[in-house]
Amino acid sequence: MRDVMTSQSAPKTLYDRLWDAHTVVRGDAGKDLIYIDRHLLHEVSTPQSFELLRDNALTVRRPVTQLAVPDHAVPTSERGGAIKGELARKQVALLEANCAEFGIEYLALEGERQGIVHVISPEQGFTMPGISLVCGDSHTATHGAFGALAFGIGASECGTVMATQTLWQARNRNLRVHYAGQLQPHVTTKDMILALIGTIGAGGGIGHAIEFTGEAVRAASIEARMTLCNMGIEAGSRVALVAPDETTFAWLKGRPRAPQGAMWDQAVAWWRTLRSDDDAVFDRTVEIDAAAIAPQVTFGTSPDQVMAVDGTVPAGPARALDYMGLEAGKPIAGIGIDYAFIGSCTNSRIEDLRAAAGIIRGRHVAEGVTAMVVPGSTVTKHQAEAEGLDKVFEAAGFAWHHAGCSLCVAMNGDFVPEGKRSISTSNRNFEGRQGAGARTHLASPAMVAAAAIAGRIVDVRKEFA
Amino acid sequence: MPGFTPFTAPAFVLDEDDVDTDIIFPARFLLHTERKGLGRFAFHDRPALLEAYEAADKPPVLLAGANFGCGSSREHAVWSLDGMGLTAVFAPSFGEIFRGNCANNGMVAGMMEPATLAALQALAKTGNDLSIDLAAQTVTCAGQEFAFTVPDSDREMLLAGWNNTTRILALHGQDITAFEKAQRSAAPWLWTEETEA
Ligand code: SF4
Repeated sequence: MRDVMTSQSAPKTLYDRLWDAHTVVRGDAGKDLIYIDRHLLHEVSTPQSFELLRDNALTVRRPVTQLAVPDHAVPTSERGGAIKGELARKQVALLEANCAEFGIEYLALEGERQGIVHVISPEQGFTMPGISLVCGDSHTATHGAFGALAFGIGASECGTVMATQTLWQARNRNLRVHYAGQLQPHVTTKDMILALIGTIGAGGGIGHAIEFTGEAVRAASIEARMTLCNMGIEAGSRVALVAPDETTFAWLKGRPRAPQGAMWDQAVAWWRTLRSDDDAVFDRTVEIDAAAIAPQVTFGTSPDQVMAVDGTVPAGPARALDYMGLEAGKPIAGIGIDYAFIGSCTNSRIEDLRAAAGIIRGRHVAEGVTAMVVPGSTVTKHQAEAEGLDKVFEAAGFAWHHAGCSLCVAMNGDFVPEGKRSISTSNRNFEGRQGAGARTHLASPAMVAAAAIAGRIVDVRKEFA
Repeated sequence: MPGFTPFTAPAFVLDEDDVDTDIIFPARFLLHTERKGLGRFAFHDRPALLEAYEAADKPPVLLAGANFGCGSSREHAVWSLDGMGLTAVFAPSFGEIFRGNCANNGMVAGMMEPATLAALQALAKTGNDLSIDLAAQTVTCAGQEFAFTVPDSDREMLLAGWNNTTRILALHGQDITAFEKAQRSAAPWLWTEETEA
């Protein structure tokens, strides 16, 4: 924001611009003290943060910059009445009690505004371009889709943010990921990010803030941009950015917590300056031909173990293939699946649900496949219902759930049994992520929907052209 | 938190890349809201690894593979490693949130060049003790020195045992207030719900 006043400076990347605008103190030990504008809280990563406040007799510096919601631990198959699992019930109750004690707004499980943190915050206009935003959750980079400096932090850091509104953070290097050209039909930003992770590796972005540029990014909707930024952490990058543009402003305008009236105009004027200078220097650039990306599907237990759906399973790593029960050299298409999950902060927004519904309309889930849709928020759920999508899913044999993290993290009653194979729109195919011994293939909503119908992994471009 | 003091101890080798926080602390145990006693969940779904660790008499140092602690931000991963008896982890690279969480919990997360680490792993596997000196950023083992790095600010904090939060307030309270004043006038839309103090 100071930046507005100092136009005569060296060329900057968007990341540098955001960083400088939030630097309170330049440190001499490799870190700067960064001001945090907004903090999202959920039930899993904050109990110990509030302990930190109590242990040190600290208060929350700016309670109105904090917003709390239960999402990870909450059941999604039924809502209303007490949560059955005792630990989950206590954890959610603890969040509510902590928020009441420290004056933080808490969005109740039963309310219209509940959902996955990274879905509800943009929906409410709590997420805005140009802000710094943190959450005790690694997928916080999702909010970078708006041109916000957003990153995941640990529980101790959540406590520090509440008490001080700041964090000591190391400045990242700049990585530009440029997607030239346009995507083929049925190929999405999920495939774009998976293709990138496959290219640079699960640790390839460590120490770097990513800025996504290029025609395929500019053409993407806000929902699609959120999918893109969401999985930056799967490449090792805590920060993933898209410069805000008219698409961003149009999406945000009129949201409950977005600026209004003259404030809106003033904000947009600043937001328009949030871009990398044409002559800004990036430490690294990766170029990807968007038009050449095929639908992606993971074959292993790390998100970088990913391949085009029309390819054959690579030769290793052996441990991953063994866990996944796959044989090197065989096509990935045709592998039978037991579970199909559409949900998570990566792909549970209205456009994701529309894309999946478009594939399954008038068809039915294959026998033996358990298929479910878990909208990212209650707002999204109700919007989908208003569009009749719930009926489309239910007619096809999908279970229609309440909002939450569900099968993305399998700590809430939803899980894939041991040895069963799932195709999922979520972001992590780690060992045990969807349940102890569960096997996970990550893919886009269209690919998951197509697999649910076919009962096996298929190329959505061919089978549902 | 007490400051770090040099120590000598054996190490356990986990020679595998991309060991994520779901492996270290499976998500289904995240319903626990305390931070003590979580050691019983560390590597819960890797019984063979736990057996080997027990058989080695639970050494306090871990020599891990690249991108250790990638994935989720869950600090439970660090609390559980601490709970199982670890005080230092060395790897070629770390998940960044994990590394920050280590520093905030007095756990040394030292980066080592892959070749350096491989040589150290070989010595550790044959039962040699490691002497860890954080100030000098060296591990000494079988008479040889192995360099590692911990970011300057994390090292200072670990050595001094500072409380990050109270330290920020004590040293930079006025800087924060000045920043807020400037932001309030430059970006008033971020301050609509608060009246000026
Ligand atoms: S949906 Fe999955 S990745 Fe996203 S916040 Fe929930 S548990 Fe984390």
